[in-house]
Amino acid sequence: MLYREALNKALDETMAADENIVVLGEDVGLYGGSYRVTEGLYAKYGEKRLIDTPIAELSIVGNAVGMAIGGLRPVAEIMTANFALLAFDQIINHMSKYHYMSAGKITLPMVVRFPQGVSRQLAAQHSESYEQMLSAVPGLKVLAASDVNYAYHALKHAVMSDDPFVFIEHELLYNKKGEVDFQTPVDPFKARIVKEGSDVTIVSYLKMVDDVMAALPKIEEALGCSCEVIDLCSLNPVDYDTLKTSIEKTSRLVMVEEDHKTGGYGAQIVSWAAEELFYALDAAPLRIAGEDVPIPYNRSLELASIPTPDSITEQVIEWGRRNDV
Amino acid sequence: MDKLLAETLYYEMVRGRAFEYAAKEHYMQGDISGFLHLDIGQEALSVGAMRAFEKGDVFSTYREHIMALARGISPKAVMAELFGKETGVSEGKGGSMHLFDPSHFFYGGDAIVGGHLPNAVGCAYARKFRGEEHGVMAVFGDGATNGGAFFESLNIAAAQKLPLLFLCENNEYAIGTKITRVAPFEKQAKKAEPYMPTIEVDGMDAVAVYEAVSEAQHYIEKGHGPIFVEAMTCRYEGHSMSDANRYRSAQEMALCKARDPIERMKKVLQEQYGMQTDAIEALEAKAQQEVDEAVAFAAHAPQPAPEALYTHIFTQGGTNALS
Repeated sequence: MLYREALNKALDETMAADENIVVLGEDVGLYGGSYRVTEGLYAKYGEKRLIDTPIAELSIVGNAVGMAIGGLRPVAEIMTANFALLAFDQIINHMSKYHYMSAGKITLPMVVRFPQGVSRQLAAQHSESYEQMLSAVPGLKVLAASDVNYAYHALKHAVMSDDPFVFIEHELLYNKKGEVDFQTPVDPFKARIVKEGSDVTIVSYLKMVDDVMAALPKIEEALGCSCEVIDLCSLNPVDYDTLKTSIEKTSRLVMVEEDHKTGGYGAQIVSWAAEELFYALDAAPLRIAGEDVPIPYNRSLELASIPTPDSITEQVIEWGRRNDV
Repeated sequence: MDKLLAETLYYEMVRGRAFEYAAKEHYMQGDISGFLHLDIGQEALSVGAMRAFEKGDVFSTYREHIMALARGISPKAVMAELFGKETGVSEGKGGSMHLFDPSHFFYGGDAIVGGHLPNAVGCAYARKFRGEEHGVMAVFGDGATNGGAFFESLNIAAAQKLPLLFLCENNEYAIGTKITRVAPFEKQAKKAEPYMPTIEVDGMDAVAVYEAVSEAQHYIEKGHGPIFVEAMTCRYEGHSMSDANRYRSAQEMALCKARDPIERMKKVLQEQYGMQTDAIEALEAKAQQEVDEAVAFAAHAPQPAPEALYTHIFTQGGTNALS
């Protein structure tokens, strides 16, 4: 099953089970979704539940908030993360705060989903990542799906939960293949150990998990070490317990993320490790992140602006040699 | 309008003004802090609209104390909220600008100008979807009609034929900026005309507001789509307690107060309903007593417990914070 098909199945099954679930966004209905995540749902559930909106992101999320107040369970799709910026007032000032400001009188069972990240030469206004901003907002649960199985289970959880979720996808993952284990439940807030290891903990999320895995054979061979790779899955709340167990075992931390390094999401993980696990670490943590530049159009420049399997390999090996890994 | 309703409108307006003066006094004394936006002068609009739109959902702004009271939320719970107390309507977490009570279908207090309009649109969608006929009313000031959320909301409400009543309280000022300095029209209904029918009403006349909003509610209940009501009004105080109101002349304020909605309603009670002075004074005394009791309640109410900091972040408890 493809990643986008897993998301589609999660929506389909939850919509079949609860008629109050509606999906809204640009081209989600008749057109079938820009990334085909909602394909077939319009024919099945009709225009009242697959709501094609105008290009008005503030309203897509703002309407979803109102729908949730009015008793529906909306899933809002934003075409890409950069467009979600137009809805940040609604996400941050409304969606994340109504439950708290009303002392629990208002609940917002809703999800805002969007893809983010560098795809292929979409340039600066279609390629960025905003998990660092959204994960800094109390009152939102922020999930990032790197894996087909997780995508299916986590989206189902988010849609059926009574809390507001931001569900982050990646443009290059929609056609990723994987197996879904429909029988085994997944805790969406638990980090996933993608590969066990004993010498270095490499933490990542979203598409970078795949890039880390692609880099791994060369890294392990060059350093003669065994790496443990962890997919965070939930960016807020963070499964610090799983990270702690791993770092206490390996004594070394590498954080790999696609967003810009300054103020990037991984800074939180490294800062936490420095505060909580300083004496467990045998080396200064390594952060591999995107350059602090707008994402350029030219393919070579674009690839130079973010971590790739090659650059991850090079940087981890260089760091490993300096730190006696 | 029957006499009981006329009396109720008067009572609610008098109680609302007394409540606002009490809030002002306790702000000066330091019992209330933050931003306090008083509704004095606009009582006819707040009370008339809430009483007319009794059955639907209401989304309002940060100038919403009197609306919350007219909606049926207890003055004690509202005043305690202004005092930041545990027994406040939002348990001390919202304050003056955030009075929410779904049991009264009141989603008051949004403090991002125009930010609640898309929420009202979504709620109207939900009501229509679920076959609930009463619809939604969104209350906003003239200042909100210049922002993108407003135009997006007009467009979607009209395209989807949603049961949504846009109620613009046009007091001509966005804080200290006169509407005509930043918009091409005095009357903001003009912006809605391509999308939906519009009604203009004297917002200083409680009976007229009640009738206009009632008429508008009948319209949306019939499934005709949204409607826009613009009520011309005047606030007597500054935008908030931190605004000294220096941008309006004494002459302008005198003209404004000559339209006083409470005096006007009193005249209606006397002339149309033959109410005697002592009966009116009895209503006024009762209103003041209710406010005094609300203040006493708020003053003696407990502070929120320290652990309240971490409650209501999510439905099942828990926070995003480090464990």
